[in-house]
Amino acid sequence: MHELAIALSILDVAAEEARNRGLGKVRQIHLRLGPLSGVVKEALLPAFELARATSPLTDATLVIEDMPILIACPRCRVERPVQSLQDHGCAVCGAPAEVTGGRELEIVALEVE
Amino acid sequence: MSTSQTRLVQVRQQVLKHNDLAARALRKRFHEAGVYVVSLVSSPGAGKTTFLEATLHGLRGRFRSAALVGDLATDNDARRLARAGVPIKQITTGTVCHLDADMVAGALSDWNLADLEFLFIENVGNLVCPATFDLGEELRLVLLSVTEGEDKPLKYPTIFNTADVAIITKNDLSQAVELDREAMLASIRSVRPGMSVLEVSAKKQEGMRAWLEFLESRRQEFIRSS
Repeated sequence: MHELAIALSILDVAAEEARNRGLGKVRQIHLRLGPLSGVVKEALLPAFELARATSPLTDATLVIEDMPILIACPRCRVERPVQSLQDHGCAVCGAPAEVTGGRELEIVALEVE
Repeated sequence: MSTSQTRLVQVRQQVLKHNDLAARALRKRFHEAGVYVVSLVSSPGAGKTTFLEATLHGLRGRFRSAALVGDLATDNDARRLARAGVPIKQITTGTVCHLDADMVAGALSDWNLADLEFLFIENVGNLVCPATFDLGEELRLVLLSVTEGEDKPLKYPTIFNTADVAIITKNDLSQAVELDREAMLASIRSVRPGMSVLEVSAKKQEGMRAWLEFLESRRQEFIRSS
């Protein structure tokens, strides 16, 4: 439900960045999206289409890179992906671990003319 | 892929940088004022307002508290909470499904934070959208009532993962709904290993003393670190 607000933010941040750096027309916005960001890709893509119409970046497309959920296991002392979105224990020893990746909601690149 | 007419420029910008900056500014203000800020998220009807009312009553006379209450439309919750005799402010979000840091900052504009020891922020009843927005809080509670089903955390892993503490509410109804307590605890710990869980019935005043002791000890840690 909040994906439209997120889509508008993506366009604002990308437009601001392009302006600040004196870049040309933005063709693609590359976004890293983690499953724990609370933003759903399937809802974000149509919301982006809608938001783009009212934005200066009318020709920009959104390219999403899906990020894994990573945890750092204090017992195994390694970082590894989780077993599933519903199970954030260490896949090897089962220890409670700290989430170190998967919350990304970040613009990492702009393809410009 | 870049074509000959285009080039790829590396940038690193958080999509929510505006909210993140606003939340960081709030967190700094809260630290400076020595006010411990707790936010509450849950699905609609999980008992946030009843729990908050009981918490405000429990702190009364010993600590100065206040609360912000987010709601889509009515001020019913704010009016209920006002009975606890502490400053309450309503944030009506209209059609917006969550609170953000700007709304919190706006609502606090005419309050002197240094007069407070606790500030509670009751988010809009929604287990999806509030997960994404940092409000500058120190402690985020996710409330889950025993009537909602043991596997709710598995259905909404993100909100459980971004919260610090889970509060199981309406515990007085657990027998009536044949709650499988171990299954509920297991699903919480599956999505957030090691999460602190407190079980309460705000209505029957069960578990509230343990919650208030937990809250006060967290605030003492916060004051020591400020």
